[in-house]
Amino acid sequence: MGTLSENKRAALLSVLLLVVGCLIWELSIPAQKAAGELTEYELLTGAGQPKAGVPPPSQVLAKAWEQLSNPFYDAGPNDKGIGIQIGYSIYRVLAGYLLAALIAIPLGFLIGMSSVAYKALNPFIQVLRPISPLAWMPLALFVIQDSEASAIFVIFICSIWPMLINTAFGVAGVREDWVNVARTHELGALKTAFTVILPAAAPTIVTGMRISIGIAWLVIVAAEMLVGGTGIGYYVWNEWNNLDLTSVIFSILMIGIVGMLLDSMFGLLQRTVAYTE
Amino acid sequence: MATSFLSIEQLTQRYPDGKGGEFTVFENASFGIEKGEFVCILGHSGCGKSTIMNILAGLAEPTSGVVKMDGRHVSGPSLDRGVVFQNYSLLPWLTALKNVTFGVSARFPGWSKAKVIEHSTAFLAKVGLTGDAIHRKPSQLSGGMRQRVSIARAFANEPKLLLLDEPFGALDALTRGTIQDELIKVWSDTDQTVFMITHDIDEAILLADRILLMTNGPMAQVAESVEITIPRPRVRNDIVEHPNYYAIRNHLVHFLAQRSAELSGQEPTVNQHPKPVRIVMTEEPEGEDPEPAPRLRAVEG
Repeated sequence: MGTLSENKRAALLSVLLLVVGCLIWELSIPAQKAAGELTEYELLTGAGQPKAGVPPPSQVLAKAWEQLSNPFYDAGPNDKGIGIQIGYSIYRVLAGYLLAALIAIPLGFLIGMSSVAYKALNPFIQVLRPISPLAWMPLALFVIQDSEASAIFVIFICSIWPMLINTAFGVAGVREDWVNVARTHELGALKTAFTVILPAAAPTIVTGMRISIGIAWLVIVAAEMLVGGTGIGYYVWNEWNNLDLTSVIFSILMIGIVGMLLDSMFGLLQRTVAYTE
Repeated sequence: MATSFLSIEQLTQRYPDGKGGEFTVFENASFGIEKGEFVCILGHSGCGKSTIMNILAGLAEPTSGVVKMDGRHVSGPSLDRGVVFQNYSLLPWLTALKNVTFGVSARFPGWSKAKVIEHSTAFLAKVGLTGDAIHRKPSQLSGGMRQRVSIARAFANEPKLLLLDEPFGALDALTRGTIQDELIKVWSDTDQTVFMITHDIDEAILLADRILLMTNGPMAQVAESVEITIPRPRVRNDIVEHPNYYAIRNHLVHFLAQRSAELSGQEPTVNQHPKPVRIVMTEEPEGEDPEPAPRLRAVEG
């Protein structure tokens, strides 16, 4: 063991923890009594029906295999493949998120550049920011009158704040020296914004974008439980109503994996815009 | 004096002192710089050297007074006046070469990309940066190399006036020496007019045609203009052998150590110009008393 690199040892330990964890989980689930062992009375009272319980990992794994081998099947409104459900969720998240970015980044630039704009908008931001995005849902449903668009609105409203605040913070914090370099080179306002301020503030802006996508993915599950119809959040709730806990656990894992992928995409972007002074 | 290439006329800078009053950094500062001249300004911290620099660069506005270059009133920053900042001010997300092309393409917007790169590479080579180093980011370069890039960026733009704000302030003594030599090399190739702030007397004597001496602030003045009567090309090791060297050096040290404080706070005269000082020891026989004071000759401008 001593000769293995740190990363290899860490990976081995991760696998070990996974195996041990699954084993404990598997062994702690009580086996269902077989029908043959039941008394006649028990059979008459329905004890022979399979009881709902937390499934062992082997069942979840079997479910995952079944679902992932055919992720895009569509057998009616209540029976769609996991790929389709996740696709709907990602579509909503990206729609709301991109809309938010389109507004938050230019507005953040303005707020960061002008202290008057910052002071004027700050009270609104401070009041609106702590509102739970789901609190907007009833109002959104009433005004927009469309559940799909309301879900996108909720994503929009929750992902706008970190991007807005980080953009303003990043732009306001651009070193005076770099702005002076732009000034002594007679760069126009637009050229200064794109060639000096944007790259200088990019790491802070992307950090805001990364926080936002994380929040958006958290919120979409709850939003879809409310609006229903499609999406991974609806899928979780629907399987709960079906008392199919295997599917519930499987979809919880899928939410985690997709969230991790979204986050690591922004992690990659963060690395490309990073610079050391 | 009014016909100087760069003329600074009755420049005054005041700031509110935070108690309702005003704080005068310097008052009625006037001096001129000729085309192709290398002028250093020496003075203690707080005498407003950097403020003068910022006004010349167009990054700050004086309370009153004017700056004229080539007979034209100067206001706001311009590509005609290049600046090398003390902290290099390179853009850290660009490579050394891109930091230079950034300036060159702003200065010469009509040039093709290839020409911009060729021009920039040539100037980086002049300060001793070639090969792989020019494709590195500033964070991967040493302090000395960063300042070289910054100097290359300023010279590559071929401004009418080059402003250097303590360019070697953050460098160690050895690196400082090499880069000073490189600065002399680039400067003598280009006939660039240079105005430089420094704290280092030896550096000023090595580089400058003329040294402006400032009294202590507040109410600082540009008191003297000392001509460096040591012929070029100057080599670091040889100039100390020159008979004028220690005479000039002693004069400068004396001014900074004693007279800058004595002269400070005096009521500035209107349109005060620095008193020209020319120290020449060459006719004097050797082995004499090295005390320079009696041989000081003030030449009225």
